[in-house]
Amino acid sequence: SFPGITAIQRQRETHIYSGWSLMGRRLACLSATTPPDSDPTGRRRVHSMLQLYYGLNEEGKVVEQAESLDPCDINGPHFDPEVYLNKLRKECSLGELMDHESCTVKQIRSLDSDMQTLVYENYNKFISATDTIRKMKNDFKKMEDEMDCLSANMAAITEFSAHISGTLQDQHAQITKLSGVHTLLRKLQFLFELPARLNKCLELQAYAQAVSAHRRARCVLQQYSHMPSFRGIQDDCHVIMEQLAQQLRQKFRDGGSSAKDLSECVELLLQLDEPAEELCDKFLSHAQSRLAADLQGLEAELKDSPVTDTGGLFVSNLCLVIASYQELFINRPQEGELASKKIPEMANGKLHVFVDTLAARYFSLVERRIQEEKGVGDNSLLVRALDRFHRRLQAISKLLPGSAVPSQGTEIVVRAARERIKQYLSALQTFYHDSLTDVRQALAAPRGATSKDATPSLPELLTSLSNFILNQLKSVLASVHLFTAKDITFSNKPYFKGEFCSQGVREGLVVSFIKFICQSSRQYCESAGDRGGSTPPALLLLLSRLCLDYETSTISYILTLTDEQFLVQHHTPVTPVTALCAEAREAAQKLLNHYVKVQGLIISQMLRKSVETRDWVNTIEPRNVRAVMKRVVEDTTSIDVQVGLLYEEGVRKAHSSDSSKRTFSVYSSSRPQIRYAPSYTPSAPMDTSLLSNINKLFSERIDIFSPVEFNKVSVLTGIIKISLKTFLECVRLRTFGRYGLQQIQVDCHYLQMYLWRFVSDENLVHFLLDEIVGSAAHRCLDPSPMEQSVIEVICERG
Amino acid sequence: MEDDAPVIYGLEFQARALTAQTAETDAIRFLVGTQSLKFDNQIHIIDFDDENNMINKSVLLHDAGEIWHISGSPAEKAVLTTCYSKTSESRVLTCAAVWRMPPEWESGSHESPDDSSNNPQTLELLCHLDNTTHGSVACVLWEPMGDGKRVISLAENHVLLWDLQESSTKATISSSATLEGKGQLKFTAGKWSPHHNSTQLATANDTAIRGWDLRSMSQIYCIESAHGQLVRDLDFNPNKQYYLASCGDDCKVKFWDVRHINEPVKCLEEHSHCLQCHMILQKSF
Repeated sequence: SFPGITAIQRQRETHIYSGWSLMGRRLACLSATTPPDSDPTGRRRVHSMLQLYYGLNEEGKVVEQAESLDPCDINGPHFDPEVYLNKLRKECSLGELMDHESCTVKQIRSLDSDMQTLVYENYNKFISATDTIRKMKNDFKKMEDEMDCLSANMAAITEFSAHISGTLQDQHAQITKLSGVHTLLRKLQFLFELPARLNKCLELQAYAQAVSAHRRARCVLQQYSHMPSFRGIQDDCHVIMEQLAQQLRQKFRDGGSSAKDLSECVELLLQLDEPAEELCDKFLSHAQSRLAADLQGLEAELKDSPVTDTGGLFVSNLCLVIASYQELFINRPQEGELASKKIPEMANGKLHVFVDTLAARYFSLVERRIQEEKGVGDNSLLVRALDRFHRRLQAISKLLPGSAVPSQGTEIVVRAARERIKQYLSALQTFYHDSLTDVRQALAAPRGATSKDATPSLPELLTSLSNFILNQLKSVLASVHLFTAKDITFSNKPYFKGEFCSQGVREGLVVSFIKFICQSSRQYCESAGDRGGSTPPALLLLLSRLCLDYETSTISYILTLTDEQFLVQHHTPVTPVTALCAEAREAAQKLLNHYVKVQGLIISQMLRKSVETRDWVNTIEPRNVRAVMKRVVEDTTSIDVQVGLLYEEGVRKAHSSDSSKRTFSVYSSSRPQIRYAPSYTPSAPMDTSLLSNINKLFSERIDIFSPVEFNKVSVLTGIIKISLKTFLECVRLRTFGRYGLQQIQVDCHYLQMYLWRFVSDENLVHFLLDEIVGSAAHRCLDPSPMEQSVIEVICERG
Repeated sequence: MEDDAPVIYGLEFQARALTAQTAETDAIRFLVGTQSLKFDNQIHIIDFDDENNMINKSVLLHDAGEIWHISGSPAEKAVLTTCYSKTSESRVLTCAAVWRMPPEWESGSHESPDDSSNNPQTLELLCHLDNTTHGSVACVLWEPMGDGKRVISLAENHVLLWDLQESSTKATISSSATLEGKGQLKFTAGKWSPHHNSTQLATANDTAIRGWDLRSMSQIYCIESAHGQLVRDLDFNPNKQYYLASCGDDCKVKFWDVRHINEPVKCLEEHSHCLQCHMILQKSF
């Protein structure tokens, strides 16, 4: 084979792939091995050649050196044609030699043509370069001539100029001298005329001119005061200026003149070396007297003036004073010796003290005025007033950047806003109480009257109350919202953006109000309940439903509304909705429990009186159900209706599909042994207690005052439980005769017939009534019960 | 005591009256009066042995009637009062009487409980607190820490202060007061205050609690509507003179400071059953 040729070929390939050098050596290397050359040494050679090509040889240095020494490497530096040829001749067949030869020839030819092209290109470039150089040579020559001409001209001009200035020298000196003399003469004349001029100015009250004239002359006079003539002038001027200053001071002190006059006056005095501090004091005290008059006027008409106008005049005057003062003492460009006296600093300090003292008085007046504003009707007026107040102070802050006045003013606004929220809260609370009083009256009124439909029903009262409260709250929110309106200047203060919304409105107003509702509702349970029960039960029921509604929807609605309206960002922790809901629910529960207790108490009292006041030993045979039982059933029915208006039905335990008849039969026949049956057999007293005790063991314990659920059945169950339990306790304290027991039997049967339908578990009624009849039998001297059929007849009839 | 099993004592009849044997200072002893319309009623003397956590009982016969209230003399262990109902001519009237136990029970040294159940001995009647003019007696109160000579009975709407003379065999009314008002007022319970030299009394009628000064026999305070329902019982704090506890049918226990009667000092509502009766064993407040 011909490794040299393959090497050449591979080198070519590497040429081709060198264009991809960017892709990195490894890729080129891989590409170079694309011919399926399995010989590992061959591969290594290609690799090293590529490295050579790219000038990288660290890795394959040894190999390369070994390679390059090979005299048969046609590209290597040690190539020896002789050796190579011999090798070829030795190793290759004829055909291969021929092929190799033609290939080599082809390569040589192409290399030759490449070389020719290169040589030709280089020649061309060389020719054009030669042309260019020749052209440049011509141009430079022309330019050199022109430069020579220019320098000759310049030399001529310089010479002329020197000549002219030499000629004019003498005259110029003379002219300068003359003009100097002229100026001096004019100055002298001015000086000599000065006293007369000043006098004239004084007469004409043209103080400004006098001062400026005097100022111009003053230095000169000072300087030449050793000459008698100048001295005379100076003395004259002095006297005149003294007089002038006196007049000015007088004018300043009188203060009758306008602000502009005054400021002019001050300016002149300053120029006359009057001490600035004294002037500041005088100026300020003068201004103070005027502003104090303003404030007094303000104070006098404080109560009558509308809140929006409070102090407008004062603040604008104050601003004027500040402005003119600054104009006079602070912002004036200082020249000469005045600058060294540090007047602005001193004047600024005085001004701050002055403004602060006046502002303090003004603020106290404003606060008093704001406190007068107690009516919560129209908040916009107050907000507008505060806005104006704030705006005016903004003007001061612009005039007097470092002053604490605006921030104090903002504090007043903040305080006013806080106060306002408190007022609104108390107004809401009053409103709530008033609405409750209205509701109470509405509830109390119809009781005497017979027509029920003439008055609003409970649900109507509830919705109207709820709407009233909600609307009131909304309108209050709208009023309070004015504080944060965009066109109000203080609405972008950090307090009004953050704390006012979250702590003030949300917590201080809305949350407090909701808490107040819950709180006052709870108070109805605590105080009124045990003490005579002045709260009508219907109101308790209504409030309970109100609180429950609040829990389910209203609270979250109100809070969402607030958050939306005020874009509350909670930087500080706020009361979560769930906590409020829990509170409302607790209040609702308490109210409902209390309602049950109150109603239970009312019925209990009827039952108690009916048991306690009767002589049960000497009663006659029962003919009727006692009236009080009918009353109990009637009252229970009306309570049922009342509760049904506001609360849902609730769940009952599945009871017998039949009417009271069937339940009654259960009551009377299926469990006779566990009722008063033992009392028939007086010979076995132990059995009585045993049986009744076993019975009690297996019956459920009844929690009489257990909390009720938010539905009608649960409420009614609670009331009936309390009533029957009282009935039972009263019966236990009495002793019965035969007919007494029978009357109790009749009464209990009657209750049985009507009460079962109200409760969640009719067994409860059965159980309690069984207990009552059982206890009555136990307390009976002659326990002979009435026939069941007779009882039924009596009850049907009654 | 906390580790021991609860001690339960069963009666064969229903009972409503329970008291501690006030004059007994060593043993823990209770008196229980039973209520039975048909059988002879009993007084059970229950001794609690707290060292062995055991109960010893003795039974005395009280054949006058069912017992509604019982109270032990503070001076003599053997003397006690009961309020019992008597049915005569189909009329039920609750009377009060002072009794003396047979001598062997006085000390509690009686050792044969088996015999007693078979053949119970009868109480010795000392005197009746005659109340025919005043109606049924609700309870009888001994003067606390007194010499056993003075008792108060609450009969309907009367407060009667009795002097017991001649070893408690004769009782005379020394003073009385009457509660006037509309409706049928009736005392349901009362307690004689151990403070202020035993000059004060608290009574309960319906939902109101009243305080009385025994020297002038006049009302000194009145807590209207102390409870939502009937006041069942009340008691004084033995350690703090102005504090009073009450319980009622509204399932509440309330503590009052009688100087500030507008609001209870504390109100417990943990019970969901009517409180039947209460014995206050207040150690501190």
